[in-house]
Amino acid sequence: MSTKTHVEINFELSCPTPLPAKDTILLGHGSGGKLSAELIRDVFLPAFQNPVLARLDDQAIVNVNGQRLAMTTDSFVVKPLFFPGGDIGSLAVHGTVNDLAMGGATPLFLSAAFIIEEGFSMDELRRVVNSLRQAAAEAGVQVVTGDTKVVEKGKGDGLFINTTGIGLVPEGVDLSADRARPGDKVLLSGSIGDHGIAILAQREGLEFETQIQSDSAALHTLVADMLGVTSNVTSKFTSDIRCMRDPTRGGVSSTLNEIAERSRVGVELEESSLPIHEQVRGACELLGLDPLYVANEGKLIAIVAPEAADAVLQAMRRHPLGSEAQMIGTVKKENPGLVTMRTPFGTTRIVDMLAGDQLPRIC
Amino acid sequence: MKYLDEYRDHRIARALAAEIVQRTTRPWVLMEICGGQTHTIMRYGIDELLPRDIELVHGPGCPVCVTPLETVDKAIALALQPDVILVSYGDMLRVPGSRSDLFRAKAQGADVRIAYSPTEAVKIARLNPDRKVVFLAIGFETTAPANAMAAWQARREGLTNFSMLVSHVLVPPAIRALMVSSTNRVQGFIAPGHVCTVMGCKEYEELVRDFRIPIVVGGFEPVDILEAVLMLIRQLEAGEARLENQYVRSVSYQGNLTAQQIVAEVFEIADQKWRGIGPIPQSGLRLREEYAAFDADRVFDLGEITVDEPAECISAQVLQGLKKPTDCPVFGMRCTPENPLGAPMVSTEGACAAYYHYRRHAVAS
Repeated sequence: MSTKTHVEINFELSCPTPLPAKDTILLGHGSGGKLSAELIRDVFLPAFQNPVLARLDDQAIVNVNGQRLAMTTDSFVVKPLFFPGGDIGSLAVHGTVNDLAMGGATPLFLSAAFIIEEGFSMDELRRVVNSLRQAAAEAGVQVVTGDTKVVEKGKGDGLFINTTGIGLVPEGVDLSADRARPGDKVLLSGSIGDHGIAILAQREGLEFETQIQSDSAALHTLVADMLGVTSNVTSKFTSDIRCMRDPTRGGVSSTLNEIAERSRVGVELEESSLPIHEQVRGACELLGLDPLYVANEGKLIAIVAPEAADAVLQAMRRHPLGSEAQMIGTVKKENPGLVTMRTPFGTTRIVDMLAGDQLPRIC
Repeated sequence: MKYLDEYRDHRIARALAAEIVQRTTRPWVLMEICGGQTHTIMRYGIDELLPRDIELVHGPGCPVCVTPLETVDKAIALALQPDVILVSYGDMLRVPGSRSDLFRAKAQGADVRIAYSPTEAVKIARLNPDRKVVFLAIGFETTAPANAMAAWQARREGLTNFSMLVSHVLVPPAIRALMVSSTNRVQGFIAPGHVCTVMGCKEYEELVRDFRIPIVVGGFEPVDILEAVLMLIRQLEAGEARLENQYVRSVSYQGNLTAQQIVAEVFEIADQKWRGIGPIPQSGLRLREEYAAFDADRVFDLGEITVDEPAECISAQVLQGLKKPTDCPVFGMRCTPENPLGAPMVSTEGACAAYYHYRRHAVAS
């Protein structure tokens, strides 16, 4: 035995009291995770209660004189304003166009509202507006109305943009997060995590070099190709693609958790089938982040009936924005409301929805 | 990715698991010290690959989890001072103090910033000479060299607006405390590879000798963990107790001498309180007298912060490996990552959070 004195430790039971009721807005309320969901459930839904809103899809679909109109709105507060693969202007178009596209709608018109901080560079504003114009032209949508507000220095963060979009939903298309059924397949249009890591790598203080580009892109032509192909396979084309979502804030994990929750089904992913670029994997390893929770701005997840899954996957792969598309999982009856993942080791783990933002680990 | 993919290869993992099954003839209780290892075990389901006779219990090696409540409260109090910029590692921000957390302090207007490296905090101090910059310097031996470097650099530059709120813990005294505890069940340890990258293996020899217990320094990937378990089982089944190093690609016997030198220059060993466990003699680091001007505890008059901690959760038993997170009656019910009752539910490296995030479906079924 050693000559050291052994001290018997009296282990104490210690645990803090629970934190008081949530009385302040935290950054996590905007993360797209559980806190965001709670905020919507507790504050917004009760206030505006109506059947259209209650669907909680990325867009509202309303009937106007027999036409099904899709409408959505999104605000953009990205920092930095310019990043590899895009900027706040192109993102403001892609984000809103994609929310319309996920309802199967053909995007038509956008509004653009600018909240600008006093002292902001006119040159940068021009660059952003030009990029927004170009992205809208490429997506085939027109910016038909807008608004400008200037706030005092220190009362904003350079530039915020809000865009609202309107589109038309073709006859018979019915996509919604509550339509997933056991046996359906989960398709993903390409690699995950690129946008979030591109942004993170640019942020002040994080000094590592990457070549990672944001995937920011308008997905409505990919959606049109997907909906088109099923019409060749079966006459009731709308029922084969149950749901589409773009996994933005909160990443693939949050999107699939929402679908699992809304449809009261389980979703089982196959880890080895997830497309993740080597550089994104490397950056995530370094920072202690999980690519499943990192934001994307040019990817979609589709829940498709098993008999149509292969045909839809092939159609995705023929489109430039879906060339790396993969079948990543299956909808299950078991574990309703949960997303699980089969690891290459033959074990299963949960892919949870995060409470707030993903935080870099200490070591 | 080189050095990662081969350590996540499921064929190698299965071969190791098969050999473990073959060699195990009776029950053994093993503890992995580090929260990073716990995280890997839960994420990949390593425990499911092991024979029933092997029980893995999860050690106290989550730096966020063992940081005392008083330190969190002090950090919040400092952050709320108008001229202070509080800089912290990211996963400390959600840790509940007795009444609030740093995220809430930030929402109340505190200037709280996340850094990936402590030298960023020094940079912030340099760029903001009219503000007081406090770095929340927590962690095990792994983060000690970088934290020491920050104080060293600030002193060399003559910065007068930089200080550190220090809560540093050491692994070997914690293992000693676990071993002398009358409730100990652990028969073999997987020592933390990153701590040993800095400190080397040598300081674990004494523990092996004093307690005749096998210790294997292990890495953090699935193959690392399985190989470390196999090395422990080989020793235990043969009645041996030796120090072995599985994580040879990173850990040497002597460790990183340059890193050890800077730690010794800036810090000295001191008694330390561990959240959920209690005080352990000579188990922490504090800034040396020469660095008193950089010690937030001495620079700021924080008064005595005393904290009442009602015995609500079982984190003490979890951190000692006496109970599994799922043995807790409030696990996943009243205690979740959104509303953590105890620190192990907060950090992703905490045992409770690892069970909650990856395995609660298995618990429910």
